[in-house]
Amino acid sequence: MIMATYSLNINETSYEVDVVQGTSLLWVLREHLGLTGTKYGCGIAQCGSCTIHLDGNPVRACILQVDNVANGQRIKTIEGLSEKGNHPLQQAWVKAQAPQCGYCQSGQLMQAAALLEKNPNPSREEIKSYMNGVLCRCGTYLRILEAIEMTKEQTKTTS
Amino acid sequence: MSNTNTKTISPFSRRKFLKSSGGVALFIGASGLLPNLLSCSDSKGVQRQLTKHGVTAWVRITEDGQITIYNPAAEMGQGSMTALPLIFAEEMDADWSRVNVEFSPQESEIYGSEGWQPGSKLMFTVGSRTTKSYYPVMRKAGAQARYVLLHSAAGYWKVPFDELTTDQSEVIHEKSGQKIGYGDLVSHLSMPETLPDFTESGLKNPKDFKLIGNEIPRTEIPEKVDGSALFAIDLRLPNMVYGVLERGSMHGAKPTLTNESEILAMEGVLKVVPFDYAIGVVANTLEAALSAKDALNIEWGDALPKGFNSQEIYSTYAQRANALKKGDTVNELGDVELAMHNASKTYEADFKNDYVYHAQMEPLNAVVQVAQDGQSAEVWVGSQQGADTKLGIPDLLGIPHEAVKVNLQYLGGGFGRRSMNDFVLECGSLAKAMAPQPVKLIWTREDDVTYGAFRPLTLQRLRVSTDAQGNLTGFWHCVVGDGGNLVASGARNDHYTIPNQWVEWREASHGVRLKHWRSVGHGPNKFAIEAMLDEVAYDHSIDPIDFRRKLMINAPRALATLEKVAKISDWNSPSAEGRAKGVAFVEHGSLGTGVCEISVNYNTGQITVHRFWIALDAGVVVQPNNVKAQMEGGIIMGISSALKEQITLVDGKVQQRNYDDYQLLRMQEVPDSIETVIIPSAEHPEGVGETATPMVAGAIANAFLKLTGKRLRHMPFTPERVLEVLNS
Repeated sequence: MIMATYSLNINETSYEVDVVQGTSLLWVLREHLGLTGTKYGCGIAQCGSCTIHLDGNPVRACILQVDNVANGQRIKTIEGLSEKGNHPLQQAWVKAQAPQCGYCQSGQLMQAAALLEKNPNPSREEIKSYMNGVLCRCGTYLRILEAIEMTKEQTKTTS
Repeated sequence: MSNTNTKTISPFSRRKFLKSSGGVALFIGASGLLPNLLSCSDSKGVQRQLTKHGVTAWVRITEDGQITIYNPAAEMGQGSMTALPLIFAEEMDADWSRVNVEFSPQESEIYGSEGWQPGSKLMFTVGSRTTKSYYPVMRKAGAQARYVLLHSAAGYWKVPFDELTTDQSEVIHEKSGQKIGYGDLVSHLSMPETLPDFTESGLKNPKDFKLIGNEIPRTEIPEKVDGSALFAIDLRLPNMVYGVLERGSMHGAKPTLTNESEILAMEGVLKVVPFDYAIGVVANTLEAALSAKDALNIEWGDALPKGFNSQEIYSTYAQRANALKKGDTVNELGDVELAMHNASKTYEADFKNDYVYHAQMEPLNAVVQVAQDGQSAEVWVGSQQGADTKLGIPDLLGIPHEAVKVNLQYLGGGFGRRSMNDFVLECGSLAKAMAPQPVKLIWTREDDVTYGAFRPLTLQRLRVSTDAQGNLTGFWHCVVGDGGNLVASGARNDHYTIPNQWVEWREASHGVRLKHWRSVGHGPNKFAIEAMLDEVAYDHSIDPIDFRRKLMINAPRALATLEKVAKISDWNSPSAEGRAKGVAFVEHGSLGTGVCEISVNYNTGQITVHRFWIALDAGVVVQPNNVKAQMEGGIIMGISSALKEQITLVDGKVQQRNYDDYQLLRMQEVPDSIETVIIPSAEHPEGVGETATPMVAGAIANAFLKLTGKRLRHMPFTPERVLEVLNS
């Protein structure tokens, strides 16, 4: 095991971290940097709880090695989604009273935010398809759908 | 609200009140059944209380009018963090916009609600008991807080107590036109001679509720959308180290580690800690601990499950159901044998369900720190358990109950799994070995699946008799499986008038770990009962709703949910081509009837649930929108488990490891809508968290019967099983 120093660009802030080569980005975020909003759920990219943005794309932090994301790539976590937790999706999430236990919701929000950035006006089927990789055991899917559709409508009327 | 009905029965000894320098002005606690006001002047008394109980209090008011109410129940998504303080605030007439909510300390003597025995106290977030059991506790405590404020205002203004009213955190004396905010009263607080032990009549009439029954947003949701909500797995303490365990895939198998020195030589590894059923590793980082776990070379011994093949056991279970030897009686009414003998027609069917896993999204974990001298410990955990056992840590360490502090965190899902403390004890053992360094123990998802504690596999044989008109005369229900109440709950039919009934449980045992899983035995049992009813109704060409209407003749509240759901689901109108509706009734504290509409892909065997309707009677509903959320979540968990979820064992070993081979329902598979209608009621609140899940399998099977004329009798209804049934 070889230790190395990595420089990471997370939420427009530069972080330095000394970890073993090949360490999962998820452990770096959570355990080394304290960005614990990104959650561990499965470790094999099946549940989506650890969804973050890498250069604007939604990815699962659990299967990324720190080595591969330390070359200036822009990493965005739930802590960086908005300044004060007031991203339109976050507001819609509160309005729809979407979360129950809340554990998967960072991943849900990051996946949804990526969707609306790419496609501001997705159909219901497009939303379902895009969100399909993020599990919720409490069964909040319908309220997540509602919140995304609410945001989409709102964006439509304000733009 | 007026004060005329309060009944003063209990002497109140402390005359003084608490004024502290930190702006904290008032503690109103409840020690035993009666409230305590802690005196700040009596500093020794305060010290005693605080040492004994931490903060002994339900509420804190500061001079600026800010109110903090303590929530005594675990928050795992069911909304306790709002519902319980809301009940308190209702009776206190607090301005909800000025209320903060915090977790109460884990001390059941003070914060418990009535336990399983009358007069006992319990902090245990299980069995959908939170609102049901805390409703009277929080109402009384809130009313007592209000009483102290009224008393203080009466003394301050020198007016009769009975002339005072309250509204929105203000005491009002209408006669003189005076008003004073609760915060402003803080510096004029005085203690009443006695505190009333509020009876129902001294509390608000439910029709005067201002908070209860309204759409109040949940207090903890904002922190759950910005990533700041803390779960135990998020804890990071100075000098914290990381623990993991390798437990193998056969429950109870004993490990022999053959490369300990190699493991100890690995970078970052601090300690190897053997358990009877696992090998623990502690390392200075999580990644080092996980690498060491991967590198463990373990020889596993045999254990009870050895040789057990879960999918082959059903034939043995069927033989058990056939045997003359009876099991434990669960319910007996009339003479079911005679009813069978005199029947115009009898029916018999076997229903089966495979093991299922909790799959809560936050894998099990805990943080424990044991003091250097081993004489005290602190625990950070998301647990449905709590105060009463301190999660077993006092016994583990051989120290007194008071020497262990439990800091309850949000639960990333519970569903029954977090009512066990196995993971906390494991962390305690690692922390003991590492004292005084805090240890964070994390179960990987693979650990969580393979070493799960499952809802048991069962076979249920049902025998039913009818007269010539299709009236049910006898109902015989034999549950075969492991786990006692884990398999027997929900097998009674108390809301159906069936003159002769017999329910029994016949034991089987395989050494597989089992635990309560949302709605417990109700899931499999309600499936079997409701599917059986429809098979009989179908055979007599009786509409399933008409059939149940007759059965519910002596259960008006249940019947009202049936009538309501028939209406909102437009039951009598035919479904679109290729679709059909099915109905099922469930009692789990609250009463609910559900209707689903499904379609089936005849090529793939895939069942799709398009819509779900529920009518629910839960008594007084504190947070209607949250109750609806519980219904939605319960239905989705029900669909997931009825269609997809399956743990299997081969030669005693759990075959599934993660979400790739233990599939949960995903976004693309959810129904278009889940519509819940709550029947208005002033009756005592009943739990709602486990009422929806068990109605799903029966409703689907019944819709499937209507659609195809075929019977689904084995959960989960996987595409393979559906095809098999379609082709039979």
